[in-house]
Amino acid sequence: MAPLLQVEDLCVHFATEDGIVKAVDGVTLDVERGRMLGIVGESGSGKSVSMLTVMGLTRSSNASISGGVTFEGRDLLSLPNEQLRQIRGNEIAMIFQDPLSSLHPFYKVGTQLIEAIQTHQDVSKKAARERATDLLRMVGIPDPRRRVDSYPHEFSGGMRQRAMIAMALANEPKLLIADEPTTALDVTVQAQILELIARLQRELDMAVVLITHDLGVVAEVTDEIAVMYAGKIVEAAPTEKIFHAPEHPYTWGLLQSIPRLDRPRGEPLVPIPGLPPSLINLPSGCSFHPRCPYVRERHRRVEPQLEPEPGDPDHLVACLLPSEIRKSIWRELREGKPPETARADVLEERSA
Amino acid sequence: MSDALVEVRNLIKHFPITRGIIFQKQIAAVHAVDDVSFDVIRGESLGIVGETGCGKSTTARLITRLLEPTSGTIRFDGQDITDVPRRKFKPYRRQMQMIFQDPYSSLNPRKTVGAIIAQPFAIHGLEEGKGQRRRAVQELMEKVGLNPEHYNRYPHEFSGGQRQRIGVARALALRPKLIIADEPVSALDVSIQAQILNLLRDLQQDLGLTLVLIAHDLSVVRHMCDRVAVMYLGKIVELASSDALYEHPRHPYTGALLSAVPVPDPELAARRRREVPAGDVPSPTNPPPACRFHPRCPKAQAVCSEVEPPLETKGQGTIAACHFPLTHEEAAERVATASV
Repeated sequence: MAPLLQVEDLCVHFATEDGIVKAVDGVTLDVERGRMLGIVGESGSGKSVSMLTVMGLTRSSNASISGGVTFEGRDLLSLPNEQLRQIRGNEIAMIFQDPLSSLHPFYKVGTQLIEAIQTHQDVSKKAARERATDLLRMVGIPDPRRRVDSYPHEFSGGMRQRAMIAMALANEPKLLIADEPTTALDVTVQAQILELIARLQRELDMAVVLITHDLGVVAEVTDEIAVMYAGKIVEAAPTEKIFHAPEHPYTWGLLQSIPRLDRPRGEPLVPIPGLPPSLINLPSGCSFHPRCPYVRERHRRVEPQLEPEPGDPDHLVACLLPSEIRKSIWRELREGKPPETARADVLEERSA
Repeated sequence: MSDALVEVRNLIKHFPITRGIIFQKQIAAVHAVDDVSFDVIRGESLGIVGETGCGKSTTARLITRLLEPTSGTIRFDGQDITDVPRRKFKPYRRQMQMIFQDPYSSLNPRKTVGAIIAQPFAIHGLEEGKGQRRRAVQELMEKVGLNPEHYNRYPHEFSGGQRQRIGVARALALRPKLIIADEPVSALDVSIQAQILNLLRDLQQDLGLTLVLIAHDLSVVRHMCDRVAVMYLGKIVELASSDALYEHPRHPYTGALLSAVPVPDPELAARRRREVPAGDVPSPTNPPPACRFHPRCPKAQAVCSEVEPPLETKGQGTIAACHFPLTHEEAAERVATASV
């Protein structure tokens, strides 16, 4: 069976006064039914724009979109707005980072839920209200019968995000896109919300795309992970592989630059040097080369392709270093060698 | 000279909630900080962690007298600074500087970086003379890893991480004894956070600074701090060395916080027991009686809602305010910390 969502060579470029911003530059990924995919990247990596484009929310006069987005056999990129609206909020739903600005402050939570239900289902207001109450109960809001008549400002941050999730699930979507759903929340509330999303995903057999910058968040709940950098996927693999056998130097950088509770205290942080590149003037060759400790001359000219690891079709990497060398570098990094030492070894191997 | 640079005793800050326009009358108060006592030892880095609204930022602002306490005392370098009038406070403020969370709103967009970093000199009448001041500023820029030639640029020409470096340079300008950093990396991209954390750590060691780091991220605090205070609803519930706190948290709230931290290791995440309290943090306007955590605490018993537990020693130098602190086993289930 074909995957639920297929994104193929998606490019989203925005024309601006300063030049063309290549927000998404050739992204290919599949989302399978009932699975959770994590998209990890920093701000400006294109993780949100690629998913907004799937939803048809980046269409505008200055955007040029190419490639293919297929959802259950339908090509979403060429679908007229009118038909796309039938899918959006119905078969594909989305939740955002900031629940306060995504809820209308003027209307009761229940009213907003009822609107979401009645937009896509032909039901009476009474039945919709009943359903709204059920939804609030399902996402764990206490006393939903009373809370359905509350305004967003009467909810705490965690409850608002629960209400947003309830709204997204109102029409039992096949695909839920969650864009940094826990970033604005406290850590205990974040744990509650992640647990909720994971539970609902199992119960409703949805596919979920979880967009985040936090590697810890994706480690907890996802099945697969795609790591994005400067508009491209640089590594994609099942979750354990990203954490136990990562192959891309950017993924290594991310894993080593965050303080981690599961590593000994006092272990030095290894920051990724430099800054994320400008999306208007992308570096030549591999976009990561100006920040990569293992860069070679060729990497400045040749653009790496996202290709499967030899003997491991599930693990895709876009890196020009040979696979064996990458594996040996990661082993050394795990042993605590700084990247510079590992680099020296690479250079030696090259001259040998 | 005592070991403590800052001594905070019974600090209370209530923000009144008033009603009425002409005849304002107080109808309630937000108990932002409620009877907090602790020391900041010279040369150490002390972390203050807690969730939104626990009073950690208010505490920082009280120490620097950006807010006036309702009651309690603050001693800095042996002197009581609680009641020093504002106009006489300048010499103290010179010794304590803050770094703020948002490097976008904490720098004046209409001033050049040079002028921003030189502002403390101007206020305190130091480094007089144009050439001298410029040299001092450029030295600072170099120290925090900025290109000194960018002296005449404006904040918008810098990235978030570089802006935070500007904030650090400004805080260091007066060679303070104490730096209070309020969420210094939470607005930055993941790959940039480590750069700023390493910078703060190096500067602290090189300059012998005392650092108070306020953060919600427990992994950041563990990495940076010698000791950690955990706050909940305006009170310190646990205060311990980093090693002790992350290995064996005593207060169930600390245990809950630690068990909620996402760990970038799928196996470990699956093995660990999540003990996240249900519901939300109660309103600080009307905090629960006795132990403020009791309505959400998995170990709560009747006494927890009747008698307030004192902050007392629970072993390993940890002090915690709890009648039924976590046992070693309970702590181990919740925490995914690698031992030291």
